[in-house]
Order: sequence, then structure tokens, then C-alpha cells
Amino acid sequence: MARAVTTNRKILNTAIAWGVGLVIFFPILWTILTSFKTEAQAISDPPVFLFFDWTLENYAVVQERSDYMRFLWNSVILAGVSTVLGLIIAVPAAWSMAFVPSKRTKDILLWMLSTKMLPAVGVLYPIYLLFIQLGLLDSRLGLIIVLMLINLPIIVWMLYTYFKEIPGEILEASRMDGAGLKDEILYVLTPMAVPGIASTLLLNFILAWNEAFWTLNLTAAKAAPLTAFIASYSSPEGLFFAKLSAASTMAIAPILILGWFSQKQLVRGLTFGAVK
Amino acid sequence: MGRIQLKQVKKAFGDVTVIPPLDLEIEDGEFVVFVGPSGCGKSTLLRLIAGLEDTTSGIIEIDGKDATGLPPAKRGLAMVFQSYALYPHMSVRKNIAFPMKMAGLSPEEQNRRIEAAAKALNLTDYLDRRPGQLSGGQRQRVAIGRAIVREPAAFLFDEPLSNLDAALRVGMRLEISELHKRLATTMVYVTHDQVEAMTMADKIVVLQAGVIEQVGSPLELYHSPRNRFVAGFIGSPKMNLIEGPEAAKHNAHTIGIRPEHLTVSTDSGDWHGTVGVSEHLGSDTFFHVKIDGFAEPLTVRVGGDFDLHYGDAIQLTPDPALIHKFDAKGLRIT
Repeated sequence: MARAVTTNRKILNTAIAWGVGLVIFFPILWTILTSFKTEAQAISDPPVFLFFDWTLENYAVVQERSDYMRFLWNSVILAGVSTVLGLIIAVPAAWSMAFVPSKRTKDILLWMLSTKMLPAVGVLYPIYLLFIQLGLLDSRLGLIIVLMLINLPIIVWMLYTYFKEIPGEILEASRMDGAGLKDEILYVLTPMAVPGIASTLLLNFILAWNEAFWTLNLTAAKAAPLTAFIASYSSPEGLFFAKLSAASTMAIAPILILGWFSQKQLVRGLTFGAVK
Repeated sequence: MGRIQLKQVKKAFGDVTVIPPLDLEIEDGEFVVFVGPSGCGKSTLLRLIAGLEDTTSGIIEIDGKDATGLPPAKRGLAMVFQSYALYPHMSVRKNIAFPMKMAGLSPEEQNRRIEAAAKALNLTDYLDRRPGQLSGGQRQRVAIGRAIVREPAAFLFDEPLSNLDAALRVGMRLEISELHKRLATTMVYVTHDQVEAMTMADKIVVLQAGVIEQVGSPLELYHSPRNRFVAGFIGSPKMNLIEGPEAAKHNAHTIGIRPEHLTVSTDSGDWHGTVGVSEHLGSDTFFHVKIDGFAEPLTVRVGGDFDLHYGDAIQLTPDPALIHKFDAKGLRIT
């Protein structure tokens, strides 16, 4: 029997959902609003919400002072290449763990996840030294490797869960049909896991795009992505809030738009296999 | 050609031996059925032949060549799975084409074979559909089509009809038998259903706990089961097995008599009893009869119109020539 849900209950649930949604969204909204204020209005007390003199001045100044496109391009390269590279490594890894598991597979999965439990700053010193030794400081290559490695456990985990949903007999059938390992992964496994792979790709692109610890600590100017672009507008005295907000808005806009258009895919991928 | 030989093939998972070393020969063009209760190792045996499982020891030869270490792709065998195992993201046409694509056949040759297979299997109208849009029977035919086009040395079937409903199962059973007669290719077929085994096989291999209990034609197994297990497993309804004083009269530990080898009468007979539940199939009637002095009720098979009811007195007489005798170990006494 279907559970009876009264209209009042529905309205209440909807209101709560909207409330929670707004609380989560409010900081972003505030940042965007602040970016259109003057510096004085940005720090005025009491704060002004909507009724202020809207201005684009902050954007003009930010655009004038720093080369937004260069940071954007770095972000795209770092997030894109690290995600694709991660996928290339993670697909075979997840394949082997999902379809030819050994006694230690669960341990390996946990061990990989455990690397995410260590605060990044814990390994800053060794990695910084390595980067100096290898001449990778402020290089895209170095950051791509680091971003790929820190997100790899998540990529493998996500793919592993999706692959587990694929019936092994279909892969066996492809083997009987004469497919080698490469053909099996390329023609059978990957197309079947497309929803899962797509959402893994999106999520990791977003994670890599927003990653701030390593991108700030290992870059100076050449390889700096949008996170560094934002950081360059924060000053210890807390001045220039409006310009900081403008820079932030410019930095998060691309990923926000990407997320908006792919939300269906993201949700589908994240709940993949939950309902058969 | 498709001659398969298993020499001392053994399979163990860790410390558990699923199949103790066994020998088996499958001749070219033969329809061989592996039958046994679930967990008897019949599917594992098929997967060993397919190469989907590695043997623990022993040699598997296909057409005289050692194939033990070969990957499934290199053995030249085709397999039809219980779950059909079609590629859900490909159309029927692409599903059937896949093994040919892997073999590097020309697109013209692929198309020619696809058309031929589709025609033979009544799939022509469905070639551009996805497997998800097909019924169970159609999916199974696509799986068979995918197996045929490779022109394999042998077909392996792993309980291919278990997911179909009863009516469709009988139809597909005939289609597979028909296919075997037409292609004359070796087929190895795994089932737990002894009716499928009896109706389709040239040779039945009865397995229990990984051990081959008997190999023979359906009628050999029916007429001279080598032991009690085969006697009870082959034939429907099951053979009646009687122990105790009645068996001792025949100098045996156990005697077996098939339900169709008992004569029913109301006024004379060797064994006296009462009718229990009766099952009317129209063509046949099965009576379950409680005989005085027997531990287990007997099953009797008689013609369709037989007017006996629950609780009626009944007398049964076994055909003396058709009594099977087994010793204390369960082996046949000849």
C-alpha cells in the first residue's frame, strides 16, 4: 500500500527543502551580490541586500589588473587533463578489482580511501621538496600529476561501484566471442558504464577545478589556476571585499554553469544502480 | 570439427575440490548433456571447457590439440548463457556481428552471415532493436545467433532455457535440437532438467558432487542405470526405490521399479495398498499409493482415464523383467 502523504505534510517538506537549499546557496548568492557593490557598500553595517547602487566597476578593475583568461585556461587544462589521465588509470584498476577480485581487493580499496583521510598539509613538505628536486614547481605538469593522484582514489572507488553493477556473464560472453582484454574494456565494459563514467568525470573535474591547497602552494604565476586568481584578491586586512567577490564569481561561474547543465547526468550517475 | 577430450581434469577452489580428476570424451558432432542436481559441478565443468575457469590440473584437448592454457577467445567455441548475456548497448545486428568483428571478418561477409542467421532464427524484423526491447525467447535466439555466426568448433549451452516459461521452453528445446541436426556441430549442454537431457541428448553425462555417475545414451540410462543415483535421477516421475524384506526376496539391498512398469488392479496383485493423492494430466494419471509394509509410498503411472479415488483399495504388480536391483553400496546388480 502506498504511504499516504497529506498535502500539509508535502508543503512542510517542500518548505524545509527550500530552506536548506537556500542556506546552502546563500554564501554563493551573497558573493555574487557583493561583486556588484562598491567597496564601501560591501562592508557597510548593517549590510545591504538588494538595494544598493549596482556597478560593474569591480569586474572592470579585476579584468584590468589580472589576466583572467590565463588563469581560466590553466584551470581547464589542470582539471581536464588530470581527470582524463585519472580515468585512463582508474578504468583498468576498477575493472580488475570488480571482476577479478583477490582476497586483498577490499583492503586495497580501503587503503586507497585512507589516503584521503590524511590532511594534505601532512605531506606538503615532502611533496614540495620533490617538486623542487624535479623542477616541477609552478608547472602544469606537476600540478596535473598531483591533482590526478589525489583524486584517483575517488575515481577508482566510483568506477568500481559502477562496474560491480555490470553482470560478469556479459564480459564472459565477450571473451567467448573472441574479445581480448582491450576489446572487452573498450567495446563492452566502457559503453555499458557510460553513465557512471560520465558522472565520475564530471565530479572529478569539479573537484580538481575547486582544489585550492595544492594549486596555491605549488604555483606562483605560470601554472596558477583560478583558485590562485581568487586568492590574489584576498588581503590580510580584509579590504576590497567587492573585488574579491568579483574575482570569485568569475572563477566559479564556469563550473557553476557546467554543473547546472550536467545536473541530470550527475544525479543519474550518482544513483546509478540504485534502482534496477 | 569439434572433438573435446578431458584427461584427468580437476578443479579446486582453494581447499575445496569441486571436480575430482575426471576423464570424458565428446565426439565430433555429438549432442552431449551434462545433467545433475544443482551444485554438482556441471556448470563448472562447462566453464572449464570454455576456458572461463582455469583447470587445477589435467588436460583439455580440442580437436586433438592441447587447449588447457588457451584463453576462451582462442578455443574456437561459442557459448550461450542462462542470462543470455547480450550486450545491452548494441542492437541485435551488432550483437550478432560482435564475434565476427573480433575475428576480423569483412563487412560483406558479416552481413551475409547476419542475414542468414536472422532468417534461420526468425529475427529479421528485430535486427535494429536493442536487447531490452525483446522478449525472453527472442533474446535467447539472439544469443544463439551470436553463437552460430562464428561457426564454432562446438557450442556450449549453460542452462539456456531456465529463464523461459514452460511453453517457450518446449519450443526452444525443439529449435535447439533442430539446429543441431542441421549444423551437425558438437553441442555441450548443461541442465538440471532431466527431461531436457532425455529429449535432446545423444549422450548424457550424469554428475553428482563433481563425479561422473554414468555416461550413456538416454535409453541406456533409462534401462540400465549404473547406480541408485542415476536410477532416481533419470526418468519422470522418479523410479520407486524399495528397501527391506521385499528387496531381499530379489537378493538385493534395494530394488527399483519405474512407475510405468507397475500393473494396477483392484482384485489381484503382489502388493496391496490404498490410493493416496492422484495427479491427472489427461494423457496420464499418476497415483501415489501407500503399500502395506513399505516405508515409502509408490508412484504408479497409468493411462488417462482411470477411475480410482483417494482411499480406494489398490493392488500393484511389478513387471519382473523390469525390476532394477542394487547392492548395499547402491551399485547395480546384473
